[in-house]
Amino acid sequence: MSEFTSKNIWVFIETDEGKAKSVGLELLNPGRMLADKSGEKLVAVVLGKDNEEAVSQVQQFGPDEIISVEGAEYEKYSFDAYTYAMTSLVEKYSPSAILIGATNNGRDFGPRLSCRLKTGLTADCTSLDYDEESKNVAWTRPAFGGNLMAVIMCPNTRPQIGTVRPGVFKKIPVNGGSKAAVIKEAIAVPADKIRTRLIESIREAAAGVLNLEDAEIIVSGGRGMGGPENFKILEELAKVLKGAVGASRAAVDAGWIGHAHQVGQTGKTVGPKLYIACGISGAIQHLAGMSGSDCIVAINKDPEAPIFKAADYGIVGNLFEVVPALTEEIKKLKA
Amino acid sequence: MNILVCIKQVPDTTEIKIDPVKHTLIREGVPSIVNPFDACALELAVRLKEKEGGKVTVISMGPAQAKNALKECLSVGADQAFLVTDRAFGGSDTLATSYILSKAIKAVEAKTNESIDVIFCGKQAIDGDTAQVGPEIAEHMDLPHVTLATGVEMAEGKLRVQRDTDEGHDVVEVSLPALVTVTKTPFDPRYPSIKSKMAANRAVIAEITNSDPDMKTEPEYLGLNGSPTKVKKTFTPDQSKNGVILKEETGTEAAVKLAAMLSDAKII
Repeated sequence: MSEFTSKNIWVFIETDEGKAKSVGLELLNPGRMLADKSGEKLVAVVLGKDNEEAVSQVQQFGPDEIISVEGAEYEKYSFDAYTYAMTSLVEKYSPSAILIGATNNGRDFGPRLSCRLKTGLTADCTSLDYDEESKNVAWTRPAFGGNLMAVIMCPNTRPQIGTVRPGVFKKIPVNGGSKAAVIKEAIAVPADKIRTRLIESIREAAAGVLNLEDAEIIVSGGRGMGGPENFKILEELAKVLKGAVGASRAAVDAGWIGHAHQVGQTGKTVGPKLYIACGISGAIQHLAGMSGSDCIVAINKDPEAPIFKAADYGIVGNLFEVVPALTEEIKKLKA
Repeated sequence: MNILVCIKQVPDTTEIKIDPVKHTLIREGVPSIVNPFDACALELAVRLKEKEGGKVTVISMGPAQAKNALKECLSVGADQAFLVTDRAFGGSDTLATSYILSKAIKAVEAKTNESIDVIFCGKQAIDGDTAQVGPEIAEHMDLPHVTLATGVEMAEGKLRVQRDTDEGHDVVEVSLPALVTVTKTPFDPRYPSIKSKMAANRAVIAEITNSDPDMKTEPEYLGLNGSPTKVKKTFTPDQSKNGVILKEETGTEAAVKLAAMLSDAKII
């Protein structure tokens, strides 16, 4: 189709209390690949109240440029402030693609932005490539609860926008960090343009629950746990591993553990170094949320459970015997 | 309160199997259901109506068979339903779909001569899983939105929404009219009674087509033409890894062996 004047690959860096969320740093990895293949620059766009720390984090992952927008209105996410700022930047710089982390806020922001810009958005991508022939980003994403993968392009409009799952790409620091030019853009959002008001923000993390997306090790339980009281053995294993506790939809639907712990197509998508699935059969919806883990361990009494196909290590056995024994053994190894 | 809920009829994706030879989805015999998040959205809407008074309208874009899904909604608390249907709408991606639905909502307002206070959608449909149509409808209509709601209540003329965040939850206040997308609620959607089910089955569902005089669409924003994203190919994922399966005499032996393997591989 037509030749576009828009260029450069942008990665949106979501901040939380002044720090860059992990997924933004992860996306600088595929962002670099797309920039190199298309012969364009990789630009990180940081929105927040005070971006000094986030910008220095971003520098470790080698973008060519950093655009920083600071203001009190960006301290907490609101679709109005973020869409306003990003639309202004797109109009000024006209990027060819924008990668957004598929966090809860990213998936709130992406559709609002793409709709305002009247361009295409591909949600919750798990793989990215550059199609040399058509010069489009090829976005790959799961659909039908993870049963089907689709490759999607946005050939006729720019910017091409996608939200990308946290945990799918690795953060790759560049040697010695980069000294990318930091462009400070002052964009003030008029107060009456922000139509939502944050009344309170409750962090479960404050109560000692580690954020699943940031956990390097996750111990998850499913229907095989049998009841809420049995999650204690998973908590103990997670504790010795300094990890977090996750759950399948079956366990959450049964009311054994809160929805914040749910991993899968309709819960969190995670990509830890180690994922230990206990009493989880491995429905495709669950696999869709954790198959990006570096190492998957499955503990299940049913040797036919599909989770074993996705596992690097499997134990066919009684989890109520295996999990406490594993906890004890790891304690010994770490001692 | 005048509440509208957008719903979608979807295949029950938990029932979908993959043809092992052709690597395609087997859709035959897969039941059609009301998208589960839309059912949560409807339940939240009906509870809000029961508290605040008013009316709940449901709309769905889809083929004629989606009327069955709308009838299900009528049996669990919705007061009226419209099917948004036209060949011109086929092939729409989320941008075009949300455009059509935003125009259909305007058409409902024109037909009933009432403005809508709150629009509810499920957070995402379980077939497409995009979670885009809700916020995009809001953008087309220049309304504020809040996604991932698990509860709503009115407070001093505004809507207070409890919203899931990655870290926990927020309470967000928004002025009306507004659009809210709903995730899994702490309560299950209600079941119909025999009486409400029979009444719903007899209901005649009104259609809104593209030639409806209240449907003020521009042709270039509909269907494939109005869809900036194009599906280039589809394939089924390969999940088999051929990992190491431990079958020791006892669970303890297996656990000891696993810990050693994870430690050797420097995973722990």
